Amino acid sequence: MAASHLQCRECHTEYPLEALYVCERCFGPLEVAYSRPGVELSVAEWRRRIQAGPQNIWRYADFLPAAAPPGPSGRLNSRAGLPAGCTPLIRADRLAARLGLKEVWVKNDAANPTHSFKDRVVSVAATRARELGFETIACASTGNLANSVAAHGAALGMDSYVFIPSDLEEQKVLATGVYGTKLVGVKGNYDDVNRLCTELCAERDWAFVNINLRPYYAEGSKTLAFEIAEQLGWELPDRCVVPVASGSLFTKIAKGFEEWRELGLLEGELPRMNGAQADGCSPVASAFAEGHDICRPVKPSTIAKSLAIGNPADGPYALDLARRTGGSVDAVSDEEIRAGIRLLAETTGVFTETAGGVTTAVLAKLAERGEIDPEERVVLVITGEGLKTLDAVRGSFEMHTIEPTVADFEAGVPEPLTV
Amino acid sequence: MSVLVKIPTQLRAAAGGEAEASVEGATVQEVLDGLFQRHEELRVRLADDDGSLRRFVNVYVAGEDIRFLDGLATPVSDGAEVTILPAVAGG
Ligand SMILES: Cc1ncc(COP(=O)(O)O)c(C=O)c1O
Ligand SMILES: [Zn+2]
Repeated sequence: MAASHLQCRECHTEYPLEALYVCERCFGPLEVAYSRPGVELSVAEWRRRIQAGPQNIWRYADFLPAAAPPGPSGRLNSRAGLPAGCTPLIRADRLAARLGLKEVWVKNDAANPTHSFKDRVVSVAATRARELGFETIACASTGNLANSVAAHGAALGMDSYVFIPSDLEEQKVLATGVYGTKLVGVKGNYDDVNRLCTELCAERDWAFVNINLRPYYAEGSKTLAFEIAEQLGWELPDRCVVPVASGSLFTKIAKGFEEWRELGLLEGELPRMNGAQADGCSPVASAFAEGHDICRPVKPSTIAKSLAIGNPADGPYALDLARRTGGSVDAVSDEEIRAGIRLLAETTGVFTETAGGVTTAVLAKLAERGEIDPEERVVLVITGEGLKTLDAVRGSFEMHTIEPTVADFEAGVPEPLTV
Repeated sequence: MSVLVKIPTQLRAAAGGEAEASVEGATVQEVLDGLFQRHEELRVRLADDDGSLRRFVNVYVAGEDIRFLDGLATPVSDGAEVTILPAVAGG
């Protein structure tokens, strides 16, 4: 497999593998297309080839759009930059038991260099940007992408410009500026930032990872699917619950599974795909509930700022995917998001940010509605780190402050109940 | 009423290389019609057969998405700026 060209998702017009993202004929989004390998590999040969790769997303280089990917394990390049991926897949029996399910796995993508799945997409986009000769990377971000672009700029020695809504969580602002990027806080919401950057993209010779490099960026999310399947022993899960902002991650995880099914690397049906949004920004969930195939944009108001995209460009594809696989797109309240963060933390030891609270809360909701067969193998895709959205848990528990004496401890701290 | 329409890079070739066009019209619909009259090629690229905008086309009046206003019926004032941009996913 090698990336061969870009192709319009709507009218299939072909374009070269350059910094292009929109079809000039119909304005549809461009996607990377691949040619089949000249030599047919057997399933066993494919698996060996992948397993011989480095412990990061470049083990899937055959399915990613870089002309000269960093190379096999052991070669210096494969570990240069800021290698993302190969995050843990955790068997979450205690979470499953709480929800009345039997087999739940947590894909913990907070375990990436800048603590979110965005390192996957940025690694691919930044690598391609360098190949195309760009010296500066940039992005419009709801926060996590900001961290990742700033860090990749530092790691690769590229200049970077990062545009964020000026009211983002302090943790996300600090974890961006520290890398020495040019950080721009825009007075407005993400959709305003995105519009500004789309305009700027035409005027500057920069690689905006999620605008003119978007086709390459989007491919990075497929590596989540590849890892999940590989970690499950080359098997597909029955269901994936995934957070949805623009809908890119959600749809590309399915694309990853599909590509491997076509090659014969995986057998069985595509998993049911369940998208997760916050009530305060649920254009895709609303369209799903109302049976529409396009999304009406909204003005976001939710604690899940990383998912606060009111005008989701991949919304139509996300709706189609949810329907086609027998999944859904659901939304949960800020209260449920906070409870979701606690539920995941208390049953798995994984502390996720608000986006993970959304995803966990949607899983809980589906389980409660009885939509999940207890025999199903479910994967909960946790995409970001709890330390980046501390406000969401502030005040949710009590700390016992005492004098350093045994007497004060015994008077002030309740003993755990013995069973 | 004269309105400034900002044309995205992807469409400039179809608009005689122009990055902006000054067009008459009192609503977004009238402005776009004016633009399409001048550059017929833009009509097929931006609008479906029934005349509605294609689903990946975003139009803004003074920076606000027209879907939050009155859609194609959104009024435009003299000297207003109408921006046409592709929808972009991933943030
Ligand atoms: C933590 C986290 N999860 C999920 C997403 C969803 O991404 P997408 O825009 O691809 O739907 C984002 C996007 O910013 C994010 O920051
Ligand atoms: Zn097209």
